[in-house]
Amino acid sequence: MDLLVEGVREAARLLLAGDREVWSILLLSLQVSGSATLISLALGIPAGAALALARFPGRGLVVSAVNSGMGLPPVVVGLFVTMLLWRSGPLGGWEVLYTPAAIVIAQAVIASPIVVGITLAAVQGVPREFRLQLLALGASRAQMVWMVLREARLPMLAAVMAGFGGIISEIGASMMVGGNIKGQTRTLTTAMVLETGKGNFEVAIALSLLLLALVFLVNWALTSIQQRHAR
Amino acid sequence: MTADAVVALSDVSARYGGVEVLRVPALEVHAGEVLAVIGPNGGGKSTLLRVLAFLERPATGEVRFRGRPVDAARALAERRRIALVFQQPLLADATVAENVALGLRFRGAPPAESEARVAHWLGRFNIAPLRGQRARALSGGEAQRVALARALVLEPELLLLDEPFASLDQPTRETLIPDLAAILRERRVTTVLVTHDRSEAQAFADRVAVLIGGRIRQLDEAARVFHAPASEEVARFVGVETIAAGRVLASEAGVTLVDVAGTRLEVAGRARPGELVRVGIRPEDVTLMPPTERAGLSSARNRLTGTIARVAPTTPGTRVVVDVGFPLVATVTARSVAELGLVEGAPITAVFKASAAHLIGPAVSLDTAARPAL
Repeated sequence: MDLLVEGVREAARLLLAGDREVWSILLLSLQVSGSATLISLALGIPAGAALALARFPGRGLVVSAVNSGMGLPPVVVGLFVTMLLWRSGPLGGWEVLYTPAAIVIAQAVIASPIVVGITLAAVQGVPREFRLQLLALGASRAQMVWMVLREARLPMLAAVMAGFGGIISEIGASMMVGGNIKGQTRTLTTAMVLETGKGNFEVAIALSLLLLALVFLVNWALTSIQQRHAR
Repeated sequence: MTADAVVALSDVSARYGGVEVLRVPALEVHAGEVLAVIGPNGGGKSTLLRVLAFLERPATGEVRFRGRPVDAARALAERRRIALVFQQPLLADATVAENVALGLRFRGAPPAESEARVAHWLGRFNIAPLRGQRARALSGGEAQRVALARALVLEPELLLLDEPFASLDQPTRETLIPDLAAILRERRVTTVLVTHDRSEAQAFADRVAVLIGGRIRQLDEAARVFHAPASEEVARFVGVETIAAGRVLASEAGVTLVDVAGTRLEVAGRARPGELVRVGIRPEDVTLMPPTERAGLSSARNRLTGTIARVAPTTPGTRVVVDVGFPLVATVTARSVAELGLVEGAPITAVFKASAAHLIGPAVSLDTAARPAL
């Protein structure tokens, strides 16, 4: 019990004193996971909308694949992204392995199926008759898709939450493709593993409090938007 | 195709999963008319409307708009000349004014013009005070007014209405139907109204098409469809409740004397003596009176006495079946039920005019054979 109380007290001190290393780790995590979320939204929203509205042979298979992809294990992604970016791998020429860019790529791979899957469900949640109504009001296909996405904007906020929440707390891929290099690719989660291993519980607790606060803040902000609209 | 046809179908059919749900050899909607398409649910009405709206390509046949065939390449341009309102208002999650402006925005209308037109139509449908409200905060009737304003603001060359009142409660319908009917008459908006409710067809329509089993069974002026249905199927759908078979005794001057189960009826129409015919009578055209009462000044040609077989409350009024040798159905007010003491088994007299009774089915013309060629 003492260990825990002591740990929390020390963590609070670290945070309040503005420990440079702790804050730089936080900043990097935010940048990396934020960028990866934006990339996954840019790829996932059009893909999810297209998948929801298009009818083609094998569509069921693709939808199943996306749904499975929503639970993609980060370590598996880490393994394959590492191999792709390995010096002798197909994308070895990019020379980004063990840089923040590599983590962004891996996390975007993890988040994209989540965004596609939620967008798919959100767009399909808009009644087919609404789409017909838009067309009957003279919407072009692009105008129709835009209006449907706009209509599905609240459930799609869930895509942002789930995507960001999934990757900010992921560790397997960050560790494998980033390498947990101090000052360069050390994120909240990889740092926590390291500090816990070393027995530096107070640092690990400080980092975990930051991570929890971050996840809470993002979800609180998005939820409050959602609730304001839902009224 | 006639010159004033806004939209015309020829040899159109539609299929779902290999099953033919619609077959229309020919249908034209004339400029300025309100055509009601009535029929039971599942009869192909909504499919017909989607074909007319260029939202669904028919399996066979051709859709012409203003004389020109509509193909995939021109569907968007043609869609922008029409408007469609569904049973559900299907409003976007935005304000009332934004919803009404939606179609104008799709067409790239200048904001100032759009705003003026939206304001005009919000006023026309008596919903101007709602303009800034969120669509999802509206009642069903308000939402449907928004949906109608959103369609009419486009000043469509063809307005398609798919059961627009079916989800509304009775008081709401009673205020909205006259409002819309007045607008359509004033603007002479070419309209196709799909409904399963024949009273709506009576309120709006110049012509009525009866669509049963994917086929148009009758297409005629509203009054003729309701009073001279072309077949027993149509008659039942348009509310002709008494349909009795009989044999023609005589026919002259447009009145035919028919023997129905030993009772002689005078019926409007022509037929050959000896021919077997069916006679249709609408329940609201039958008047009930005590058997003791004299006919007085009533011009009713048919006066039948029988016993009451059944009294059942319905809307509107009460449905009374009188056994006059065949079951004759009348609707009366609840007050009449009490005043006349209408109870099952009681004797009663039923009267109706010859002009209220019609021969159902293919009209038998006695003089086509005899008339010299013109």
